[in-house]
Amino acid sequence: MANAFWCIVEDDRKGSPKKVMAEVLGEAGRLSGGNVEAVWLTDKAGDDGVKQLGAWGATKVWVLENAAFAPYRGEVWTPVLTELAKQHSPKAIFAPVTSKMRELAARLAARLGAGLSADSVGMAMEGDQLVATRPVYAGKLLARMTWAKTPWIATLRPNVFKPADAQAGKSAAVEKPTVSIPAATMKLVERREETSTGLPELTEAEIVISGGRGMKGPENYVILEDMGKVIGAAVGASRAAVDAGWRPHRFQIGQTGRTISPKLYLGFGVSGAIQHLAGMRTSKVIVAVNKDPDAPIFKIADYGIVADLFEVVPALTDEFKKLLEKS
Amino acid sequence: MKIVVAVKQVPDTATQVKISGGDPKAIDTAGITWIVSPYDEFAIEEALRIKEKRGQGEVVAVSLGPDRVKEALRSALAMGCDRAIHINDPALASADTLMTAQALAAVIKQEQPALVICGRQAIDDDMGAVAAQVAELLGWPAASWIMEEAVDGDGKTIRIGRQVEGGLEVFELPLPAVVSAQKGLNEPRYPTLKGIMGAKKKEIKDVKAAELGITPGAPQLAVKNLEALPPRPPGRVISGEVKDAVKELVRALREEAKAI
Repeated sequence: MANAFWCIVEDDRKGSPKKVMAEVLGEAGRLSGGNVEAVWLTDKAGDDGVKQLGAWGATKVWVLENAAFAPYRGEVWTPVLTELAKQHSPKAIFAPVTSKMRELAARLAARLGAGLSADSVGMAMEGDQLVATRPVYAGKLLARMTWAKTPWIATLRPNVFKPADAQAGKSAAVEKPTVSIPAATMKLVERREETSTGLPELTEAEIVISGGRGMKGPENYVILEDMGKVIGAAVGASRAAVDAGWRPHRFQIGQTGRTISPKLYLGFGVSGAIQHLAGMRTSKVIVAVNKDPDAPIFKIADYGIVADLFEVVPALTDEFKKLLEKS
Repeated sequence: MKIVVAVKQVPDTATQVKISGGDPKAIDTAGITWIVSPYDEFAIEEALRIKEKRGQGEVVAVSLGPDRVKEALRSALAMGCDRAIHINDPALASADTLMTAQALAAVIKQEQPALVICGRQAIDDDMGAVAAQVAELLGWPAASWIMEEAVDGDGKTIRIGRQVEGGLEVFELPLPAVVSAQKGLNEPRYPTLKGIMGAKKKEIKDVKAAELGITPGAPQLAVKNLEALPPRPPGRVISGEVKDAVKELVRALREEAKAI
């Protein structure tokens, strides 16, 4: 349908949309009054995946299934999406913030000559105009952005927008358009998988545990991982810990690392430098444990304990265990 | 081999940033310390390493902005870039990422480098769009968030490792191409005294939009206004013995915050 809000699907590479799509579809649904369509470019689209997108509110799922779409290459995806958007004139094009989608949204905006609001944390219709809110200057201010014309292109920060409730009865129409797929000039040489921690991905996790310089060394992160296993949390680190070589860069939270917005953030031995706050200050509930009562992180923490983290962490893990065994 | 590096001047992370009293769309620039955006330093460093490894070539730093941007370009020259181009035109003052990318793409068309390296994103507006948009406008292959890179001996292809969720994807791209630097790519050098002195003699060429053959219009995305962060509710330090404090914390997280 013309004027639909399109949501570009991020999937798990196994045929299912990632759960962040519930947030993107949910927000698009609220803003458009339900005129939401999912656009899924993939090498593998499962029937259950299509059903899931429908349950989250997509009235239609554009399924573009082709081996050429994996791995993601901007030079292949962008022309295909541009052609489809020109034919069907969506009013908005949304995607979740992931490494791939950040690049794709930028390229699509360039092709369509449209504006892009990246890493948005708020959306509102003001009259017939969309206004997006996004953090700027290391999260010290918020900027409210407007577009000169449609499509309004935006990427949405995970864990910020309210997810759509899955409605089992709802189903989406499926359309498989014929598109011309350009040849790729980029050749995949290899994909190196990260060693799995068995814990959730940092940017998607609802609970994130972070260890800073107070961890004293790489060998001590195991106590945070033990807590992570109990409460289903990702384990990250501050820049100080990454620069000291204690954790790989992919675990860094902050300005030159990952931006996270979990429901619960637990910082241990993290001082709370501005560049760390830039990556986690939109967390809903913030807990800080630090020996130093003057650590800046206490200024934004909802709950703080001034104590040695090496005493607090094992005791807290035990308490979490007891709580979760009960419920 | 010629390499163009795109550089943005941004407020230092530690600098206090306030909304301008006269213009709710802008920040008060008085007293701000300006730096080269950290990701752009990774880009400069990588360009210099490629040149040094090959024993020949030229690294050209390009930036867009008002007169103060010359300082950032001077820093790039002090690190070792050979010359600089300053897109200095009031008509581009309200440039969004797309207008910036159009201006950079126009410079790149004139310069015809084999490789363009940008930072992953600038740490002021964190939009992270310019590198990908430059590639799209030029029609060149591109890779974002690269953590390793190797240009082949003939200067015909580049092999890059890009960071994606759950791993690193290694691709081979034909040159010319555009890549954006992620932290971890390298450790940027500090300018030496000799570098700083030498930078004063290096060329910074001013160009206007008209010389690039572009006519800037209105931006596609604009700031309606800036806002202060909503205040967080006051926090609570839980005191007492660790074992009691921990019990109280878990109770509060469950019952008050409903976070677990």
